[in-house]
Amino acid sequence: MDEVEKTDLIFVIGSNTTEAHPVAALGLKKAVRYNGTKLIVADPRRIDLCRFADLHLGHRPATDVALINGILKVIIDEDLINKEFINERTEGFEDVRNLLSRFTIDEAERITGVPKEKIVKAARMYAGAKNALIYYTMGITQHSNGTGNVLSLANLVLATGKIGREGSGLNPLRGQNNVQGACDAGAISEYYPGYQKVNDEKNREKFERLWGAKLSEKIGLTATEMTEAADAEKIKAMYVMGENPLISDPDINHTRAAFSKIEFLVVQDIFMSETAELAHVILPASCFAEKDGTFTNTERRVQRVRKAVEPPGEAMEDWQIIMKISNAFGCKMEYEHPSQIMDELALSMPQCAGISFDRLNGLGIQWPCPDKAHPGTRTLHKERFTRGKGLFKPVEYIPPRELPDKEYPFTLTTGRMLTHYHTGTMTRRSAGTNEHVKEGYVEISPEDANRLNIKNGEKIRVSSRRGQIDIKAKVTTMVSPGIVFIPFHFKEAAANVLTSRELDPIAKIPELKSCAVKIEKK
Amino acid sequence: MKVIIDNKEIIANEGETVLEAAKRAGLKIPTLCHHPRLSNYGGCRVCVVEVGGMNRLITSCTTPVSDGMVVTTDSPKIRETRKTLLELILSDHPNDCMTCDKTGECALQDLAYEYGANVKENPYDGAMRQYPTEDKNQFIIRDFSKCILCAKCTRVCDEVRAVGAIDIMKRGFYAKVATSFDGVLDCEFCGNCVDVCPVGSLTEKLAKGKGRTWETGKVDTICGYCGVGCGITLHIKDNTVIKVTPTEKESVNNGALCVKGKFAYDFINNKDRLTRPLIKKDDKFVEASWDEAIDYTVKRLKEIKEKYGSNSIGGLSSARCTNEENYIFQKFIRAGIGTNNVDHCARY
Ligand code: SF4
Ligand code: SF4
Repeated sequence: MDEVEKTDLIFVIGSNTTEAHPVAALGLKKAVRYNGTKLIVADPRRIDLCRFADLHLGHRPATDVALINGILKVIIDEDLINKEFINERTEGFEDVRNLLSRFTIDEAERITGVPKEKIVKAARMYAGAKNALIYYTMGITQHSNGTGNVLSLANLVLATGKIGREGSGLNPLRGQNNVQGACDAGAISEYYPGYQKVNDEKNREKFERLWGAKLSEKIGLTATEMTEAADAEKIKAMYVMGENPLISDPDINHTRAAFSKIEFLVVQDIFMSETAELAHVILPASCFAEKDGTFTNTERRVQRVRKAVEPPGEAMEDWQIIMKISNAFGCKMEYEHPSQIMDELALSMPQCAGISFDRLNGLGIQWPCPDKAHPGTRTLHKERFTRGKGLFKPVEYIPPRELPDKEYPFTLTTGRMLTHYHTGTMTRRSAGTNEHVKEGYVEISPEDANRLNIKNGEKIRVSSRRGQIDIKAKVTTMVSPGIVFIPFHFKEAAANVLTSRELDPIAKIPELKSCAVKIEKK
Repeated sequence: MKVIIDNKEIIANEGETVLEAAKRAGLKIPTLCHHPRLSNYGGCRVCVVEVGGMNRLITSCTTPVSDGMVVTTDSPKIRETRKTLLELILSDHPNDCMTCDKTGECALQDLAYEYGANVKENPYDGAMRQYPTEDKNQFIIRDFSKCILCAKCTRVCDEVRAVGAIDIMKRGFYAKVATSFDGVLDCEFCGNCVDVCPVGSLTEKLAKGKGRTWETGKVDTICGYCGVGCGITLHIKDNTVIKVTPTEKESVNNGALCVKGKFAYDFINNKDRLTRPLIKKDDKFVEASWDEAIDYTVKRLKEIKEKYGSNSIGGLSSARCTNEENYIFQKFIRAGIGTNNVDHCARY
C-alpha cells in the first residue's frame, strides 16, 4: 500500500475508503496532503474522503460504467491515449473505440447526473498524470471476468497505459478481511485453489492425484445460486462456516424462505446468528484470536495469524472441526497443525509454492511467490499480462434493473460505516462499538426531508417491492436528493430486507448497490 | 558527511537530525515528545545534548547534523539538566503510579527512575493543574492532569489521521489538549492518540484496571476485520484479550489502526459465545457432545448424498476464516462430498 507514495494521481471510485478501509485511507490522505498527489473521488455520496479531493464526481448509484465510459470518451476524442502502450501491450482497442463512437458526453451527463465539465476535467487530470492509481471496492474477485464496472476501469487503465509499474494500476480493496485468501484457497465454485478451473481435465487430474479422490466435472453453484437452488428444493443440505447469509444477502425474506426449505443445515459459527437459528446442527467455532493460520490481505500479502487465547468452553478451531467431519465422512485428513495445511496449499497452487509458515514473519509475503527463495511480488503485470496482452473489452452501460418510479421514487444504496462490520456479529457484540453506534439509520438529503416533513432522528418507514423496515432518519448533505443510504450492519433494521437479488450476469454479484424504495412517515 | 557522536565517527545523511543519526548509530537519547512517524517538535527538551563549540545544550530532535559536528549525549551537565526537566514535569503531575494503568510502560516513569528524579519532596512548589477527567465516550479516558503537553496526540491526529479532532489550546500553565470549544471527544476513535501518549493521560477505557503490562502476554497477529490486514498486538491476561495495540514490528499499517481493530475485540469474551455443539430436536436446540454432533451430521450428509446425489449438497466457506480453513473446507466439499458447490458470501 506504500505505492500511493509513488503516484501522481489517485482515482477512488465506489469506495468509501475512510470508513470501510480506514488504514488504507491514511496513505491516500497523506499523499494528498504532503506529496501534492491529486485526488479524484467518484461516489454518489459526499463521503469523508471528498474533503481531500481536487474533484468529486457525485454520480447516481449504479451508473459507474456510464461515468467511466464518458471519461474514456473524452480521452479518446482529445487524443490523450497512450498509443505506444496500446500497440505494444494490448489488443482490442478498436472495439472500445467503436463502441464509444456511439456514445456522447451529453449522454454520460444525463445518465450520471455529473456535469460534463467535471467529466472532462477528470479525463484530463487522469490522462495527464504520469502515474495514476485507481482504487475501487465491491470486491470483484481476482478470478472473475469482472462486471462492467471493472472492465470499463480496465479499459481506462489500458488506454492510458497506467498499469504495470509502481505508482500505476488498478487496485481493488476487499471488504472482509480474508476475501482474497478465501478465493485463493479455492472457496469459489468454479476454481480449485489458485484459480485453476474445475472444468479443465488437466486440473481435475492434478487435484484427483493430490487429494486421492474422484472429483466432479461440473462447475459448482455460487453462494447466491445455492440460495436459489435451496428455494427450488434442489439443494437439500448445506454446511455453512462462519457466514450469515440471512443478513448479508439481498432480499432477506426470500433468503429466509429458501434456507427454511433445506432438509439438513449445519452451521459452524461463534455466535447464534440468524442463519444458525435455522440450522439442524450448530458447531461452536473460534475467532481469529483463537487460532493459528494465515490471512491474505487485499494486496495479496499472506500474513501470519497467531493463536492468543483458547476458545471458550468446548468450542474448537474451525480447521479441527472440518477435519473431524471429513474424517468421519471417510475423506481422510491428517494435519497436526495449520502449517501442514499451508504446505499442502503451497503444493496445490503455483502462486504460493514458495510460502510456508517459517517464512511468514513481520510483513508476510505477497504472492506470486513461486519458490522458497523468492521474496514475493509487489506489483502484478509488471512485464506482461498473465494472459499475454492486455485485452480491451467494450462495455455498454446497462441501467440498473430497478429504477425509481412513481410508487418507489428513491434510489436506495447500501454500504459500510466506520464503527461496524458486516452483519454486526462481532462489532455489535463488543461493548464499546455497540454502545457508540447503537442503531441503524437511513441517510436522507435535507431537501427530501423537508419536502416529506421528516425530522432528524425521526423513525420512518422505508419500503421496497420486497419488504419494509422502520428506521431512524439521519438528515444529511452526505446524500443528494433522490438518494437514500442505509448501512447494512444492523439486523433490527436490515437494509437487505429491501434490496433486490437481481444478479450481475457475469460475476453473479447481486445488485446490492441500488434499488428503488419509498419513504413514509410513521 | 561525518559527525562524531560520543567519540564515534558516524556517516550522517543530509537533513538528518542529531537524534536520528545517534539512533542509527545505536546510541540511546531519551525522549518524551519525539516520535519517528511524526514531525519534530522539540517540546519536552529531555533529548538535550552538548555540541562542541556551543555553550548551551541543544535539543537533538530538532537540530540537523552538520559536517564535522562533535556531539556528546551523556555528561554530568546533561544528566543534571534532564533531571531538572523531569522534576519540573513531575512537580505538576499526580504521581499516582500505583493506580495508573500506564505504570510499567510509562516513559515519564521510566526516565524519572533512570535519572533519579526527586519525587518525594517536590522541589518545585506551586499550583497544580486541576481538571476533571473526560470519559463521556465509549473508548478513551482523557486525564488532563497527567498530560505533559508533548503534543504527540495532536500531531498524530492531524498528521497521520488527517482528522484534527484535538489541538493544544491556551499557553503556559493553562495549556491543555482540547477539542474545538473544549467539549467532549467526538471523533473517529481510532485510538491512535492513546497509542502514542507516553504517559497515562490517554488510556483505553475498555482496558482500565484489567492488567498491567508486566502481567500480560503479548501476541502479534492480524486484525480480523477488513482486507487491509493491519498488524496488531493482543494483550492477554488469564486467557482474555484485555487490550489491542498496533504492532511495533514492521507492518502494513505503520502503527495505525481503526476503531474496529483497536476497540472492537471484546466480542471474543461475550457471554453469548457458542460453547457446546447443539442439535435441534422438536424445534429446540439441545446441547450435545462433539461425538454426537459429528456422528449425526455425517449420518445426515451421507443419507442426503445417497438419496439425492452429491450435487444436492452445498458448502459456504468464510472470508473470516483462515486460508488453511478455507482450503480444507473446499477440499472436503469437493473430494469428500463430491461436488463443486462450494463458495463464500463475499463476492460482494
Ligand atoms: S481517537 Fe483518533 S481521531 Fe480521535 S482524537 Fe485520537 S487520534 Fe484523533
Ligand atoms: S484495524 Fe481497521 S483498517 Fe486495519 S485491518 Fe482492522 S479493520 Fe481494517
